[in-house]
Amino acid sequence: MSATPPTPPTSPTAAELTARTREFLAAHPPADTDRATFLRARFDAGLAWVHYPEGLGGLAASRTLQAVVDAELEAAGAPDNDPRRIGIGLGMAAPTILAYGTEEQKQRFLRPLWVGEEVWCQLFSEPGAGSDLAALGTRAVRDGDTWVVDGQKVWTSSAHTARWAILIARTDPDLPKHQGITYFLCDMTDPGVEVRPLRQITGEAEFNEVFLTGVRIPDSHRLGAVGQGWEVARTTLMNERVSIGGMRIPREGGMIAPVAAAWRARPELRTHALHDRLLTLWTEAEVARLAAERLRQQLAAGRPGPEGSGMKLTFARLNQEISGLEVELLAEEGLLYGDWTMRRPELVDFTGRDAGYRYLRAKGNSIEGGTSEVLLNIVAERVLGLPSEPRDDKDLPWKDLAR
Amino acid sequence: MTASTASAASAASAAPADLLYSDTEDELRAAVRSLLADRSSPAAVLARLEQDRPYDPELWNTLATGIGAAGLLVPEKLGGQGASHREAAVVLEELGRSVTPAPYLTSAVVATEILLACAPASPGATALLGELAAGRTVCVPALPLTLGPGGPLPAGPPTAPVAAVADAAAAHTFLVLADSGLYAVPAAEATRADRTPLDLTRPLATVTPHPGAGTLLADPATARHAVRRGLLAGAGLLASEQLGLADWCLTETVGHLRTRHQFNRPVGSFQALKHRLAQLWLDVASARAAARAAADALATGAADTELVVSVAQAYCSGVAVRAAEECVQLHGGIGMTWEHPAHLYLKRAKADSLALGTAAHHRTRLAALADLPSP
Repeated sequence: MSATPPTPPTSPTAAELTARTREFLAAHPPADTDRATFLRARFDAGLAWVHYPEGLGGLAASRTLQAVVDAELEAAGAPDNDPRRIGIGLGMAAPTILAYGTEEQKQRFLRPLWVGEEVWCQLFSEPGAGSDLAALGTRAVRDGDTWVVDGQKVWTSSAHTARWAILIARTDPDLPKHQGITYFLCDMTDPGVEVRPLRQITGEAEFNEVFLTGVRIPDSHRLGAVGQGWEVARTTLMNERVSIGGMRIPREGGMIAPVAAAWRARPELRTHALHDRLLTLWTEAEVARLAAERLRQQLAAGRPGPEGSGMKLTFARLNQEISGLEVELLAEEGLLYGDWTMRRPELVDFTGRDAGYRYLRAKGNSIEGGTSEVLLNIVAERVLGLPSEPRDDKDLPWKDLAR
Repeated sequence: MTASTASAASAASAAPADLLYSDTEDELRAAVRSLLADRSSPAAVLARLEQDRPYDPELWNTLATGIGAAGLLVPEKLGGQGASHREAAVVLEELGRSVTPAPYLTSAVVATEILLACAPASPGATALLGELAAGRTVCVPALPLTLGPGGPLPAGPPTAPVAAVADAAAAHTFLVLADSGLYAVPAAEATRADRTPLDLTRPLATVTPHPGAGTLLADPATARHAVRRGLLAGAGLLASEQLGLADWCLTETVGHLRTRHQFNRPVGSFQALKHRLAQLWLDVASARAAARAAADALATGAADTELVVSVAQAYCSGVAVRAAEECVQLHGGIGMTWEHPAHLYLKRAKADSLALGTAAHHRTRLAALADLPSP
């Protein structure tokens, strides 16, 4: 534990933000203002994400003060911007655009992104590049002021509702795999973008395959320098993995809730063996909640700890074990499944529907957003300082790699 | 340090537990760690054990009076530091990290907590607390180390022998729970039969008070309430000892795997081992949150203290054992040798997992506390 925390930005103060939020609410009463107008005005008042710069939805305030604003707004019954629906935009695209975008890109994209008028998706993974993302083969070839993109992406959540995508593509196959990649903002309505539902083990088609055929992206929609795409993508991925943190989870929240409720409501299902497993998992869920709360307190104190890299690992494992227990607890009922009809949900729903769905969907928690194996490597190397495994692909041109 | 326990308790239900370390706690940790690094390195602990004198009275004296750690839980008006369980937990983390044989958990936490529940109505308890806080005496509960909160309390005559009393050899006074109340029994007025413990760093003995020995401190009802409170605090803070122990095992193992070469590579570059250590790091980070929550709940008198303590005990016991087992395994043959301290940690971790209630005992408690009844 470091004894000297970095000094958090001090201006504006919590009191000033409270006052500003109240003024804003007086000028835009939630009851008399339509949702989109309210959210746009909130962005323009700098109360969207207070740690962003002025003019881009923020006030260059301390990130922790967002809670002050949110509490005021929530108490006033203000509409929110449905962060679950626009999670990829808020959590991944926005911080990357903020870090690497031109002034024009920031002005163009951040406001509709935050308001939720434009949904974003992430065109990163490919059939041949999952955990080894930097091996991707989608090509972007320069043609004057535009880039022509050809390739296939996969496992793309929200592609069927997205207006924009963050996209990484190979711009120089003669360089080693990490160096020849460039990062783009792709218009999903452009000719050549084809989204096909990809049905999952749950029966739903929550995510998609995306085929890119001669898609023309203007150079003004390139994010960062040509060949800098991997570095830009790392910003996106880091934000993806840190996306937990701000939320305060109640005791017995999340996946353990329906199991505990079933246990209490239906004594006929109880067995001693299931009891011990339930108590073990209940304890682990409570400890995971406390660990997330501790991480949140560290962030709030301006002392971010490395625990963020680990929370996803813990929740992925627990969600799988707990949902598996729930199916067993329900006995004959656990043999049934609600509905295999293919659906196209707009939201990713981890805890909804029935136990069988929860069990199957939770299997994805250790794969999506970085597999647990990759995250364990990251913890081992970046937190514990263990050496990386010897690799022979770092200096070879991408075109010479085995595929 | 802790301003007002009463007001904190009423606020505790609304405010979430403070799971971080305060600057004061960091300073205390630095002082304790520095003392233990000088005087209680694993090599020094091993050397004392081999000479059959595990306790270092000078070290205890510095810890108890120089740093004032013995009186952390004792209010200033009774001669203590008026601090809280949060600070005592930090001391225990460091003692766990160094597997120091010292009667801190038994005397400065469990016995102190028992006496606090008897004082000020009991002048004898109040006087003993002053002696404890001043570091002039070591007082150990004559209770089996395995007894956890909620477990069946002994209820015999004051002369009944008690097995598996921890730190009996260091005690000047025993707190004896009998059906007739709680007694303070001078060590000279009891028979102590030392046993050979699994964990050499926390010696055990069977203690048998002599007939008519000691003075009555509390009536039966107060005594039982006080002992329950002592066991609860002990169980909650033992989690911090387990955390410190696990943290040492992890750090030591990571350090070893970064430098040890096999197959012409650092052993720590093998993914199978990296994943095990990363998982262990996660477990230790989680144990830290659980242990902090228990210390904070005890310090603030939170309404859900019993639940939070049992969560911490049910979790941290396993983490400490796992960390110590991984430490031995990943040190390979080196970890199996007597000269490497890993065995001291494994023995302490395993013994700690039985102390003050096993993980299973605490899970059973949680069944009631979290309303998840058994079939």
